[in-house]
Amino acid sequence: MGVTGERLQPTLFERSRPGRGAGKVPHPPADALSRIPGDQLRDLPPALPELNEPELVRHYVNLSQLNFAVDTGFYPLGSCTMKFNPKLNEWAARLPGFAQAHPLAPDEAVQGTLQLLWELQEILAEISGMTAVSLQPAAGAQGELTGILMIRAYHASRGDSERVEVLVPDSAHGTNPATASMAGYRTVSIPSAPDGGVDVDAFSAALGPHTAAVMITNPSTLGLFERRIGELLDAVHAAGALAYMDGANLNAILGRFKAGEAGFDVMHINTHKTFSTPHGGGGPGAGPVGVGERLAPFLPAPRVVRESDGSFRLERTGERPTSIGRLRSFVGNTGVLVRAYAYLRAHGAEGLREVTDDAVLAANYLKHRLTEDGAYDVPFDRHCMHEFVASAAGLKRRTGVRTLDVAKRLIDHGFHPPTIYFPLTVEEAMLIEPTETESLETLDAFAAALIAIAAEAASDPDVIHEAPHTAPVKRLDEATAARQPNLRWRGMTGRQMPCPD
Amino acid sequence: MPYGPHTPADREKMLTALGIASVDELFDDIPEALKAGSLDLPPPEPELELATRLAALADRNRTDLASFLGAGVYRHWTPPVVDQILLRGEWYTAYTPYQPEVSQGTLQSIYEYESLLAELTGLDVVSASHYDGAAATAEAALMTCRATRRQRVLVSKAVHPQYRETLRTYFGGGLELDEIPLVADGDKAGTTDIAALERLLAEDARPVAGVVLAQPSFLGLLEPMADATRLAHAAGALFVAVVEPVSLAVLAPPAAYGADIAAGEGQPLGIAPQYGGPFLGILACTDALVRQIPGRLVGMTTDVEGKRAFVMTLRAREQDIRRDRAASNICTNQALLALAASVYLAAVGPHGLRDVAALGAARAAELEAALATAGAPRLHRGAYLNEFVVRVPGARAAHRQLLERGVLGGLVLEDVMPDEPGLRDGLLVCATEVTTTDEIRRFADALPGLTGVAPGAEPAAVGGGV
Repeated sequence: MGVTGERLQPTLFERSRPGRGAGKVPHPPADALSRIPGDQLRDLPPALPELNEPELVRHYVNLSQLNFAVDTGFYPLGSCTMKFNPKLNEWAARLPGFAQAHPLAPDEAVQGTLQLLWELQEILAEISGMTAVSLQPAAGAQGELTGILMIRAYHASRGDSERVEVLVPDSAHGTNPATASMAGYRTVSIPSAPDGGVDVDAFSAALGPHTAAVMITNPSTLGLFERRIGELLDAVHAAGALAYMDGANLNAILGRFKAGEAGFDVMHINTHKTFSTPHGGGGPGAGPVGVGERLAPFLPAPRVVRESDGSFRLERTGERPTSIGRLRSFVGNTGVLVRAYAYLRAHGAEGLREVTDDAVLAANYLKHRLTEDGAYDVPFDRHCMHEFVASAAGLKRRTGVRTLDVAKRLIDHGFHPPTIYFPLTVEEAMLIEPTETESLETLDAFAAALIAIAAEAASDPDVIHEAPHTAPVKRLDEATAARQPNLRWRGMTGRQMPCPD
Repeated sequence: MPYGPHTPADREKMLTALGIASVDELFDDIPEALKAGSLDLPPPEPELELATRLAALADRNRTDLASFLGAGVYRHWTPPVVDQILLRGEWYTAYTPYQPEVSQGTLQSIYEYESLLAELTGLDVVSASHYDGAAATAEAALMTCRATRRQRVLVSKAVHPQYRETLRTYFGGGLELDEIPLVADGDKAGTTDIAALERLLAEDARPVAGVVLAQPSFLGLLEPMADATRLAHAAGALFVAVVEPVSLAVLAPPAAYGADIAAGEGQPLGIAPQYGGPFLGILACTDALVRQIPGRLVGMTTDVEGKRAFVMTLRAREQDIRRDRAASNICTNQALLALAASVYLAAVGPHGLRDVAALGAARAAELEAALATAGAPRLHRGAYLNEFVVRVPGARAAHRQLLERGVLGGLVLEDVMPDEPGLRDGLLVCATEVTTTDEIRRFADALPGLTGVAPGAEPAAVGGGV
């Protein structure tokens, strides 16, 4: 479990020896570049490393073993939905017909991909309860920007130019306020209610003719369903604003709540969370966006369209003049979307409902185990959804051991730490999301580890302060990294800071 | 559920612990009126049937074509070692290295990616990657506005049309974007009009934050990057070079002509076309702009015992800390694609990368000669690397007829740049190291007899207006 590699690795540059590595491509004729003007040519070749393939493979295999991953252990990173990534989906995305399809190929040459994308649009519309879907956004954050730009275009189309604010609860992901700024809006942060939900009264007071949109994560980043969401949506619409749902936590509500039917105007879906496309060490993802009737004309272009004869095509340039345009090149992260499609077809309606039920059950069970023990604070005495917040605030007061320390000590127990110090509204927060693909044995073992760490905090706090003890490195000097940034390898780097192993 | 572990007994044990009879009770917070009825979706599909369905869909795409289509996405030989490394679960099933002690693999790989791209571009700061070339270009343009506190960016019409569309979308929040026209005819036809750039920069009331040109341009031509950089700097603006990374093995890197920022599409570095993504947005800048660059950065540091290690750094620029004052809303990067690019670069090495670029240039020259003889001469006279425009009267119809003959004859420029009458008969075609002489012959042999193509037309370039 956890990280199997013990030794740090020299860099590619340290492994390089001049003259190694060849045989990948034929040599060009000597005069291949003679028709290029000399002043356009490069003087010195780039100082790329030279490795033979066996060295290269060992480098990356050994490096990989320094990583914790879903395939190596339990990864309860809250709000990230680190569920199992099915292997069939990796196979599917690599089928040459999908992988080698050029994004500017004529529609008739890529009917298979277009059919898959069109079906995916339909499936996501059904799940989100929305009218129409764009698959273009490359990630959740880009989906957010897409949504807010559409809202902007909607107000502009009505000549409503007074709306300059976006309301965001203080528990929101940082991408929400950053997105509002990128779209040219001012963010107004609204404090949460004592029960962890959005404060509908505070929102209502802040809503007005200047409000363009509210952005709500539902279930919230605290893992709680917004009980007063209906009232809130009514107030938003009464004020002439539109409602954006951050779909980061869609895994908790598949088949149980449809944002569009409930009255949200737009939402994004993180395929890398809910629909199991791999997180890739930080990406790629995909952030499709669903919208209701009001925003459908503004969706990014191109969408995939089905013709009356059953063939599929991309929208043509300028075909839908109300579109906000494009957020990136081409149709979207198709390779990711193939995996999401495979996941959705593997599960079907009943499987997706079961995903949600098991994810929510697992989270409540884990929450119950910790509540029952009492070593950690578990704020908000109500059922959680697919994740919950625990806090080491009490533990810290009693023993001096903080959430950061608990997180690092979990590594020694073979677990990836949960998301920590988020949401910002809970002191010493640990956001724990077990997902539906972890067994009861794993959930019990994780609860036991957290409880054991709390006991250890009383008996031997120093061990925890100095954790992790089993990882390839100890805690890092992040201050020096920021003060004197070393962001690239240079010839002298290896002499100044040699690889320790 | 295909991947779930819970037996009925497991579920029962959890429900009992929670003191509830049914999982439905856990959803009591959803208001009754807003509870969803059901999902109208097909039933679950067993793996065998699903695999058959997926393979059948993939087979509906044509893989038999001799393709000369590039236009921002290029076919290359990817050594199988790249994908085999990527298929290790420790890479693709990990997430953002928030816990550096158990993420040194990902962190070091990103640091190495940053270093490799720094070598290629000559610029010192490289972000851990962005969504794609278009989004990276938009972020670069926004950077110039933040750094100069100006609000107007000039982008050449020879930058990829989809990148320009993306720029327009990103600039919808209130910034200004003007396009620099192309030279209409003569030796420099199709390249960015430097005199026009000078005029656009001279509008005192509308100071320019950044100037964006692509090298090679969307039309495949080599651009006057040094002149454009000099003019931009003289006007107090920053210069953004949109680059194609394989070409940097042989072409002058952005640092050589003084560019402040380089952006580009990393797909040619070992990443399959995948009908448009996931790709790799390259973004690099000079040291002076390090606090303005959006996206993750990984740096080298030590652990508390002095061991060398890697960590995400300068995070105060990022959205999870800075919220509405962040440099961008970007949260993720394209770590797995950055890994692909790194493995690719290390696999081919400096000499191999040069060979890839130069062999593409050689194949392209072969293609140019063959097409000219077959009646489709180049439209422009300027130097190119491995992509160029040929004139085929009735280009759109010809392109369709070529497809029937098994040839994907590049891109119909009228479809993507309809406002450039000079390109109306243009097909944008490319060759790379994987283009074969046989494929070139298939293309050339298919041309005579197509609508409007005169066999054996004069091979010399025609100075048509663009």
